[in-house]
Amino acid sequence: MRTTARHGLVRLLSQHAFLLIICLSALYPLWFIASTAIRSNAAYQLDPTGFPRHPTLGALRTILFHQPLPRWMWNSFLVTVSSVAVSTFVALLAAYAAVFGRFRGHRIFLSTSVALMIVPPVTLLIPMFVFMVNAGIVNHLQSVIIFYTGLLIPFAVFFMTGFFRTIPQELIEAAASEGAGPFTVFRRIVLPLSGAASFTLIVVQAIWVWNELLIALVFLQNESSRTLMSGLAQFQGRFVTNEPLVLSGALISILPVVVLYLSGQRFFVRGLTAGIGK
Amino acid sequence: MLWPYLYAAPAVGAMAFAFGFPLVQVVRDSFYAGSFDSPIWVGLDNYRGVLADPAFRESLLNNMKLLLTVPVMLGLGLAIALVLNDRIRGGRHYQAIVFLPYVLPATAIGIAFSFVLQENGVLNTALRKAHLGVLAQDWLGNSHLAIGSVGALVVWQQLGFAVVVFTAALLALPPETAEAARIDGAGWWQLQLRVLVPQIRPIIELLTVIQVITVISWVFNYVYVLTSGGPGYSSSVMELYIWRSFSNGSNGTAASVAVMLLGMAGVLIGLSLWVRRQAIAG
Repeated sequence: MRTTARHGLVRLLSQHAFLLIICLSALYPLWFIASTAIRSNAAYQLDPTGFPRHPTLGALRTILFHQPLPRWMWNSFLVTVSSVAVSTFVALLAAYAAVFGRFRGHRIFLSTSVALMIVPPVTLLIPMFVFMVNAGIVNHLQSVIIFYTGLLIPFAVFFMTGFFRTIPQELIEAAASEGAGPFTVFRRIVLPLSGAASFTLIVVQAIWVWNELLIALVFLQNESSRTLMSGLAQFQGRFVTNEPLVLSGALISILPVVVLYLSGQRFFVRGLTAGIGK
Repeated sequence: MLWPYLYAAPAVGAMAFAFGFPLVQVVRDSFYAGSFDSPIWVGLDNYRGVLADPAFRESLLNNMKLLLTVPVMLGLGLAIALVLNDRIRGGRHYQAIVFLPYVLPATAIGIAFSFVLQENGVLNTALRKAHLGVLAQDWLGNSHLAIGSVGALVVWQQLGFAVVVFTAALLALPPETAEAARIDGAGWWQLQLRVLVPQIRPIIELLTVIQVITVISWVFNYVYVLTSGGPGYSSSVMELYIWRSFSNGSNGTAASVAVMLLGMAGVLIGLSLWVRRQAIAG
């Protein structure tokens, strides 16, 4: 009996030790970013592994007041809000039509959405760039907003159809039999029920857009139109010997995501793993 | 009824514009060379040129090397999920921390990794301080190691995804099977490997396909910030090759690689749809 108890204890301790090591390695880069961002460049160059003994806001101040970073954040914010708002609305309507309207070809529409979810954006990039050049909107935020919106829609449709299928069909039919039109049913019954699901979808899409690099890099090439991610990539090349400065930019780009994550972790988990669920 | 068509029309239109049009156009572009204003028909020359280009082969090979991250990530992810599944104290907190990297911007994290891994970066400094200087390497500048560093970053960021997916799958299993095995005297390891893991096999297969698609076609961000494909093309991948060709004005070359990448992704997407159907049916 005593040996099994000891076995259990050993297993418990080794399980916790294993998880602690994993968690420390998950968190270390964040610690590195945050602790380096508040060091002076001189201190960092002397010893990159050191502890921030004399914390300073110098790098953060430089990046916020003497670099175009606030502009890039604003750009990222505008791009994220507009593309996520449009794609969510468009996908809600389409998913509603596919689940409750069952138009001809809705099955093909849904399986196409699933397939398009995993098309690598790099394969679409070149024709899209040419299109944007011809439309005269390269280096304008509209170019990435339009493209992101389109790219987001397949997942959004997939996600919302999955949710709508859990709403009992009778609920919709009852309302329709009382003479409510399709938009009234959508607005009065379906939308109020979809709060949590829509929010999950919005979070996932917002993270995707905020983090996107390749398209932003190609479509937005002048200093004032960059998004935060493509701007950061520029910083990395421009300030090769000033790590605290570059990392304070990285810190600022990470903060909104971390705050959002801490306030609604379950939405992230549910939304980001939706492509796998049943 | 007309309304469903009206409601679906914007989504169909947007998908046709963002996917349909460029997919058709990129295939056409791959048969032309020169600028977009005055394209010249060259047939399959772009493809021949690409296949003969050592830089392309190196990029393709690197995508294949990155496939090694898939078993590492899934194995480690499964191990973590199984431990969490033991209703360990603080399990939810552990899971929240492990999942965090997956949501962070790869650009910011990649920059941090580049500072940790560079020649006189944090890792080598720490190794030298610990008198392990022999282990210090030029993790990003050594052409044999650079793609491995990219792989490490991929695993670091994507591990949490596997953990969360596996944890959810394990949680959804009926508890009776595990209970019966326990009563029959199955040990901890037996229970995990003989009873639990086989039951979530469909999910493991689906995640494998998804991760293969990821390392073949969605790793641009990691490579761009960590090594820019260097030194030379030693850590380049197909996406980066497309981007470089396109930036140099070799549009036809870029398009032909995009088509090849699409072909590979297409096969994998077909596979994923099939596996997904199996996973849902099972």
